Amino acid sequence: MSGKWEWSKVAATAVFGLISVCFLIPLLWMVSAASKIESEVWTFPIRWIPKTWNFMNNFQEVWLGKVPFTIFYANSIKIAVMTTAATILFSSMAGYAFAKIRFAGRHAVFGLLLSLMMIPEQATLVPRYILIRWLGLYDTHEALVLLMMFSIYFTFLFRQFIAGIHNDYLEAAQIDGAGYFRTYWQIVVPLSKPIFATVAIIKFIWTWNDYQTPLIFLVSRQLFPIPLGIQYFKEEFATSIAVMMMASLSAIVPLLALFLVLQRHVIRGISLGGVKG
Amino acid sequence: MKKTFWNRKRRENAAGWLFIGPEVFGMLLLSVFPLGFSLALSFADWNLVGGVSSIRFVGWDNFIGLWEDDRFLKALRNNVLFTAATVPGVIVIALAMAAVIHARLYFQSYFKIAFFVPYICSTVAIAAVWSALFHPSKGPVNQILIQLGVTDPPKWLVDTSYALVAVMIIYVWQLIGYKIIIFIAGLSNIPNELYEAASIDGAGTMGQFWHVTLPLLGPTTFFLTITSIISSFKVFDIIKFLTNGGPNDASTVIVYQIYEEGFQRFNMGYASAMSWVLFLMIVLVTSVTWIVQNRKVHD
Repeated sequence: MSGKWEWSKVAATAVFGLISVCFLIPLLWMVSAASKIESEVWTFPIRWIPKTWNFMNNFQEVWLGKVPFTIFYANSIKIAVMTTAATILFSSMAGYAFAKIRFAGRHAVFGLLLSLMMIPEQATLVPRYILIRWLGLYDTHEALVLLMMFSIYFTFLFRQFIAGIHNDYLEAAQIDGAGYFRTYWQIVVPLSKPIFATVAIIKFIWTWNDYQTPLIFLVSRQLFPIPLGIQYFKEEFATSIAVMMMASLSAIVPLLALFLVLQRHVIRGISLGGVKG
Repeated sequence: MKKTFWNRKRRENAAGWLFIGPEVFGMLLLSVFPLGFSLALSFADWNLVGGVSSIRFVGWDNFIGLWEDDRFLKALRNNVLFTAATVPGVIVIALAMAAVIHARLYFQSYFKIAFFVPYICSTVAIAAVWSALFHPSKGPVNQILIQLGVTDPPKWLVDTSYALVAVMIIYVWQLIGYKIIIFIAGLSNIPNELYEAASIDGAGTMGQFWHVTLPLLGPTTFFLTITSIISSFKVFDIIKFLTNGGPNDASTVIVYQIYEEGFQRFNMGYASAMSWVLFLMIVLVTSVTWIVQNRKVHD
């Protein structure tokens, strides 16, 4: 860092450093409790480093126990990957059309879609539940993917980004005889990689953490994604907080690792949503 | 070139509609149709268990019923309390923190990440952690309160007067980082020259904040206010997972009532009426905020 350290900034950084640590205490407590034997979880003052390490036993209970976490994991990965893939495909296609194809009715349709963003998904849960039952998709992963894969918000983000691609690229492709699909696939997609990465990671996180949709549309335990798995653990291990904390830790860590690696994309994507005004 | 049916204009139209086709179809199927369907259902009495033949139209009965339903009114009241307690204050705190992080700290990316981490975490996993922290007798929160001299600390999630407060604390803790990130993005869009000009005019740090930062953050604040109000109306996960609306309906909210009526008792008509109340409240809030905002801009 060039220049002198400013005293006021150093002091403010120290204060905020302390605040941020306090802010994260619940997560630190979770990690600590997940490494303890049950009787040590509640000792006060809080013993952050366990006297008796029980990390491996708790880990085995969660991952290799009666209903192993591996099933919930596999389900979550399957649902999140399928949903994310469908979302980036359909949202980017629509975003491209709204940004670059001058078809009749595009302004009206786009305005209508934006106004649909006001409909809270909770307000349409009942009819969607009936619809899914009619379609014979109740208690399937397909139902979750279908319900979660369309997103006006991400269509909007794609449209904003693709609108910034210079028309020269698209026209050059069309002079070379490329149709709309080849233009989309060979020009638009490669030039929009950053927004693809951003949307993919955010959608993946949101799907991974979604609790409400699987709660209403799934009943079979072997189909549960992680959030329902945690609920199941809560019912089974009500008295074993150490095991519960290990389950929570197991739900959070992989996503947290993914976030830390890709945090630039996540934070940029979140910021994009807020400063569109 | 020979004139064919597929002239340039027609091809362009067809391509456009093909590209937006799936998205539009999805929205019609999962948003527009359900909204209309639930409006129709809200004037009907229908228990899903009885099959389609048991649908009976009852006029305004469901809405009149809501007005006389103490649990629903409690849910409505809790939603209003929830919004009042978690939106305005939290926006002010998030703005203050964003302003400090953006202008006065080293290691800015660390702070952005640290406060944002809870937002990434599964709400259910986080709720499980907080329910242990809030344990009435053994939990660290109450241990600390007792240490500080509070003789009879609240029982939090199992306390009729504090269950909703406990849910609010968890909710704010998880979402404040999102607001901070959005504010920081808004702050970084303000050109530095404006601050320089203000400081040449003799404005101090606070003066710059009042006369440059706040007015230019208007759209960001507006966006956050609307989205925060809407998402506070939709709070559900923490409540379902931790309290099931209890104890004694102390922490129930509209979405929880929809869940219970619709998916545990299968009263589809009654649940739809609740859904429409929720929808209309959100439309109302959005419109009012919109009008107020536009008036401010024109002043």
